[in-house]
Amino acid sequence: MDLSLLTPASENEWHILPTGKMRVPGIVYASENLVREMDHKVYEQITNVATLPGIVQASYAMPDAHWGYGFPIGGVAAFDADRGGVVSAGGVGFDISCGVRALYTGLKKRDIEPFKQTLADLLYQNVPAGVGSTGRLHLDTKGMNAMLSGGAQWAIKQGYGRPEDLNRIEEQGRMQGALPEYVSDQAKKRQQDEMGTLGSGNHYLEIQEVVETFHDPLAQQLGIQTGDILVSIHCGSRGLGHQIGTEFLKKMVIAAGQYGITLPDRELACAPIDSPLGQEYLGAMRAAINCALANRQIVTHLVRQAFAEILPHADLSLMYDVSHNTCKVEEHRVGNQSRRLFVHRKGATRAFGPGHPDIPPDLQTIGQPVLIGGTMGTASYLLVGTAESMNMAYGSACHGAGRSMSRHQATRQWKGGKVIDDLAKEGILIRSPSKRGVAEEAPGAYKDVTAVVDAAEAAQLARKVAKMRPLICIKG
Amino acid sequence: MDAEKPSSWWEHFPHDADMGIRGIGHSKVEAFEQAALALTAITINPDTIHPNLKRTFSCEAPDDELLFVDWLNALVCEMDTDKMVFTRFHVMINDHHLEGTAWGEPIHRHRHEPAVEVKGATYTELSVRQLPNGSWLAQCVVDV
Repeated sequence: MDLSLLTPASENEWHILPTGKMRVPGIVYASENLVREMDHKVYEQITNVATLPGIVQASYAMPDAHWGYGFPIGGVAAFDADRGGVVSAGGVGFDISCGVRALYTGLKKRDIEPFKQTLADLLYQNVPAGVGSTGRLHLDTKGMNAMLSGGAQWAIKQGYGRPEDLNRIEEQGRMQGALPEYVSDQAKKRQQDEMGTLGSGNHYLEIQEVVETFHDPLAQQLGIQTGDILVSIHCGSRGLGHQIGTEFLKKMVIAAGQYGITLPDRELACAPIDSPLGQEYLGAMRAAINCALANRQIVTHLVRQAFAEILPHADLSLMYDVSHNTCKVEEHRVGNQSRRLFVHRKGATRAFGPGHPDIPPDLQTIGQPVLIGGTMGTASYLLVGTAESMNMAYGSACHGAGRSMSRHQATRQWKGGKVIDDLAKEGILIRSPSKRGVAEEAPGAYKDVTAVVDAAEAAQLARKVAKMRPLICIKG
Repeated sequence: MDAEKPSSWWEHFPHDADMGIRGIGHSKVEAFEQAALALTAITINPDTIHPNLKRTFSCEAPDDELLFVDWLNALVCEMDTDKMVFTRFHVMINDHHLEGTAWGEPIHRHRHEPAVEVKGATYTELSVRQLPNGSWLAQCVVDV
C-alpha cells in the first residue's frame, strides 16, 4: 500500500481521510512494514466499506489485512440499524464463523514424544479432513434444524463434549436469534454429512507446544506454562455456511437497487438491517454460526477420543473458542453514548477487554483469550483483549498471519512431499490427504505471524501471552 | 479449426488469499465451459477425472456476470453435496437462462488426491465480456 495515501496517527495506526463517497475514515492498525506489504486492493476495499450506509466511526483493518472479496480479510466495520445501517453477506464471508479453539491437555512435551507418530495417525484417522471427506453423523431434517438452533449446546446434548465446555465458547456455545427456516434446503443438504469435519485449505488440527510465555501473571491465570501441550482446532461452518453466503450475496446484489444502495463493489452486497432480507440473512447467518460451533465441538470430541486411547491420563478441557467471520450485535461506546451496533468481523477476531460482561467470569480480570493461528511450520499465538482495544476497533484483533503469496505461486515454489520431509526433520509431523494442498499451505507462503502479532500488541489491540509451536498438524 | 479464430483455454490468476479463475473461448458459452475446467483444476487435475456420469444444471440471473457466478456455484454445490468432480462441460445460454451439463465421477481421494476445496465463487474481479479479438472472457475470484 502506498504510504502517501495514509496519515500516520502513531507508529501502528494509519488513517485514510474520507474522500468522495466515504462516510467515515479508514483506519489501519499495523506497523509501517506491514502496511507497505499490503496490496493496494486492501486500500480500495477499506475505502469501499467506508461508503456503506450507516457505518459508524471508521472502516478498520487489522495488522494481517489482505485482499479479500468486498471487505478486506482482517476488516472490521460496525453499522447502526437506527441510522440506516446495513448487514453485508460479503462482510461476513463464505466460511461463516470459521474460528479457532484451543484445548489444554495437562501434558508436557515429554509425555507425548514416545506416542507422537501413533497420535498423529489416530488423529488423522479420527478427524475427517480434506476434500470429499464426510463425518460419521448424518443429520435428518429435524436433527439439522435442532443443530442450527442449538450450536455447541446441541452437540453436547448429543454426547459430543462436556457441559463445562460451554463456559469457554463465545455466546455460551449457542448464537441466539438463529432462524433455520431461512437456511435453504440446498444449504442443509450440503451439510447433512459434513458435521465433525475439518475441511481443507488453511483449516487444521494441531498439537502444539507452548514454547514461550510473555507475561507470567497472565499465563498463570490462563493456566499455561512453557512446555505445556495444547490442541488447536481451526475450522468453520463447512458447506452450509458457504451455501448461505452464496445465496444471500446474490439476493443482496439484486435487491440493492430497490433499497437505494449503490454498491462500489458487488461483493459488498448488503441490505438494510431492518429490511426483511436483512433479517432473513441475520437469521440464516446466526444458524451458520451455530453450525460452526457444533462442528468444532464434534471435532473436539473426536480429538478427545483419540487422546483417551493413547494417552488416557490427558485431560482435554477447553481454554477458549473464537470465531472469525461473523456479524454480531454488540453494545459499544461511541463518543459519550452507548450504541447497539452490528459489528462485522471478516477474518478478524473478537478481542474483548477485561470486565466485559460477555467474557466468562473466571477470565473477567484478564480479558478474552485471542487465538491467532500461524502456519504448520512456524507458530501460533495466544493473546488477550485489552481495555484499549474496546475503544479502537470495537474490541477486535487480527486472526492469523495472512498469505504473502498466492496458492499458485506456492505450488511453483514448493513440493508437498519435500515440505512434509523438511518439517519432519524439525520435529513437526504432517498428516494430509493432499501433497499439493500441503505445498499451497507451505509456511513460506504466509506472512511472518510474529510481525503481525507484535503489531497487534504494539497497537494495543491485544496483549501477547504465549507462543506455541506445532508438533503435529492434520491438514485437509 | 479456423486458424484465425482464437483458441479456447483456461487459466488461474493470483489473488492474495484465494484464487482467480478465467475461461477464454470463441463464444460466451465456451468461456463458461473453460472457466468450469479452471474451477475443477483448483481442486483436481481435470485430466485424471473419468467423465462417466452426467449431471444437469439450470441457472437464471439478471445479467451475464451473475449468471456466470451462478453456474460456478451450481457446480460447487454439486461437488460438495454429492462429492462429485467434473471434467467435461456443455453450456447453453438463452437470454439470462443457462442450461449446463457436466460429466465426471465421484471423487476418489487416493486417485485424484484433491487439494483445496472451493467454498464459493465470488463477485470479485468478476467479468464476462467480449475481447477486442472477438473471443470471450469469463472470470472471477473463488473463495477456497
